[in-house]
Amino acid sequence: MMHVISVKVENRFGVLARVAGLFSARGYNIDSLTVSQTEHSDISVMTIVLTGDDRIIEQVKKQLNKLIDVIKVTDLTGHASVQRELALVKVNASPAKRTEVFQIAEIFKAQIVDISLKTIALEVTGDPERIDSFIELLRPYSIKEMIRTGRVSMARD
Amino acid sequence: MKISGAEILIESLKKEGVEVMFGYPGGVVIPIFHHIFDAPFRFILTRHEQGAVHAADGYARASGKVGVALTTSGPGATNAITGIATAHMDSVPLVVITGQVSTSMIGNDAFQEADTTGITRPITKHNYLVQDVNDLARIVKEAFYIASTGRPGPVVIDIPVDVSKGEAKFAYPDEVSLRSYKPVYKGHPVQIEKACRLIESSKRPVIYAGGGVISSNASDDLVAFVRKTGIPITTTLMGLGAYPETDRLSLKMLGMHGTFYANRAVHDSDLLIAVGARFDDRVTGNVNEFIPEAKVIHVDIDPASVSKSVQVDIPIVGDCKSVLHEMTKIVKPPQIQEWVEKILKIKEENPLTYGTAGTKIKPQMVIERIYELTKGAAIITTEVGQNQMWAAQFYQFTEPRSFISSGGLGTMGFGFPAAIGAQLARPDRRVIDIAGDGSIQMNIQELIVAVQHRLPIIIAILNNGFLGMVRQWQQLFWDKRYSHSCISFAPDFVKLAEAYGAAGIRIESRDEVDKAIKKALSIKDRPTILDFHVDREENVYPIIPAGKSVKEMITRELV
Ligand SMILES: Cc1ncc(C[n+]2csc(CCOP(=O)(O)OP(=O)(O)O)c2C)c(N)n1
Repeated sequence: MMHVISVKVENRFGVLARVAGLFSARGYNIDSLTVSQTEHSDISVMTIVLTGDDRIIEQVKKQLNKLIDVIKVTDLTGHASVQRELALVKVNASPAKRTEVFQIAEIFKAQIVDISLKTIALEVTGDPERIDSFIELLRPYSIKEMIRTGRVSMARD
Repeated sequence: MKISGAEILIESLKKEGVEVMFGYPGGVVIPIFHHIFDAPFRFILTRHEQGAVHAADGYARASGKVGVALTTSGPGATNAITGIATAHMDSVPLVVITGQVSTSMIGNDAFQEADTTGITRPITKHNYLVQDVNDLARIVKEAFYIASTGRPGPVVIDIPVDVSKGEAKFAYPDEVSLRSYKPVYKGHPVQIEKACRLIESSKRPVIYAGGGVISSNASDDLVAFVRKTGIPITTTLMGLGAYPETDRLSLKMLGMHGTFYANRAVHDSDLLIAVGARFDDRVTGNVNEFIPEAKVIHVDIDPASVSKSVQVDIPIVGDCKSVLHEMTKIVKPPQIQEWVEKILKIKEENPLTYGTAGTKIKPQMVIERIYELTKGAAIITTEVGQNQMWAAQFYQFTEPRSFISSGGLGTMGFGFPAAIGAQLARPDRRVIDIAGDGSIQMNIQELIVAVQHRLPIIIAILNNGFLGMVRQWQQLFWDKRYSHSCISFAPDFVKLAEAYGAAGIRIESRDEVDKAIKKALSIKDRPTILDFHVDREENVYPIIPAGKSVKEMITRELV
């Protein structure tokens, strides 16, 4: 099962390496990882998405908690939370196809960030499923380049 | 007044009450050594950085204090790695200080630069690269605190040379405040209550105690708990000495080379009470067949150890000492006479034995004689391999911190430098390194250190001319192809001892064994090597082949 784990850490030299090293040393595979600043300059938040059975996820959380620089580990899976991701997608679109692409962009409230004779680059944000469907719809136009940020998450109150 | 980083380090170590430090100098730590020269604590110059870290480790295990080692950057730090990893696997509190190239040079592949914090990250409890001399005192304070609290472990402090030379005001913090690190010592009362109820209703309980009992100084509490409940107890290799093995309820060690009765009792139990132990694969064998019918109570200070390899029914996160103390107060003795009788009968019928036919010296015999002639009062360190297992099986450990061995990492070459540390920690005790002829050659250079400091350590080599444990596996599981496990091309250990200024005795027949041990025990001003030429192809039994269960235990030579 996929889990989204939010890890509050001391914003210090080497913290990312500690967390990343823990995953590689124990053979856990990360689907995505983002490191973000927070309202406190000395605290960062890592949002880690990974897939594994309950036993593995339990170990991951315990091992993360063991790291001295980790302040708090929250498993957002199963909790009400807001999840957001941003993607940049560049598609082939000759002038004849542009309108179709614009229409898709409008439905997803995507921004046009670059346009050339042959291509259009779009920026979209939303929850990861929304981004998945956006990308699916653009596939027929042949995607030249695509980058996703990985998600950031916050528990709802 | 401002003082240098090097002086701040020394002042901080003094504040921590450091009495002995082990290490080796080099370019970037000369500023530190400059002030160590007249520091009020003892500095032991080993002959290799691995030796320094193992010695600090042996000191820590024998004393319960934090062991401290100091090395230079680059090769000094990389030489320390095996020592650090050894301490990490066995949860030993160490502070290892390494020199580093100057902050402006870091990342430039400077002379003797190594990414020490990067290399040591997975083998330390925590590590620091000091980037500002103003942080140094706080970091030292935190390092000692982190190393010695919670589940103990090694902490590395990497100090660039410009930080050692830089200046700052010295103010040693009174307290550590780490919002992200707050080990839990007291077990949850509800969990403790539940555990006691489960114990009271159990019919076939067994206690399985590990190194955590020793590191939390909980032996007395464990003894009190066993006295009150009457539950039979087995220990891991790391737990040897946590409970007196001479007691009737002791089942001695369990696991791959544990006693038949300990493994049988654990396998047949309906309740396993794990205290400060981590269900290591050398203990469980095949986890699925380890305890088919048992519920599990697990007391451990490290939540990550709980339910890692074996599912636990009642986890109690807390310090073994405090939890055992609380449990002893409220638990009522379970009705288990029948079970205890049964287990004690199995114990009586299946003692650890070995064949005594022939005239050759049996290695097990050597351990038994050392036990008798030291009246069980020695501190035993071991190397790794058959020697380690025979020491564990045939010496009766009755006190915590009297058995010092690399359990988790299984580091050959650990025992002798660890003996140096242990002897410095406990000058009142005889320290004996039970060694193999292979392992002892891995850190033999430290012999000169023992001679220099007049440490009366006895190195008892069970000399079989083989990397015995490897040979045993090859014999049992790999068609007797002794590929590169024969080391009969060997130095003369007696001459070697003499070259270093130590005493050396070769023992080739059974009737010389006692005499030699007595002679060694009478030498009190220098180390002695006892080179026992033992039966070369003796094996360690019983053995549960890796990944198997007690049902597949091989108890004696198959012919
Ligand atoms: C540093 C290191 N290298 C290799 C091993 C693998 N190993 C485990 S036991 C053993 C043989 C040890 O031989 P010896 O010290 O002569 O002891 P014996 O088993 O004969 O008592 C070896 C090579 C190890 N544990 N540690």
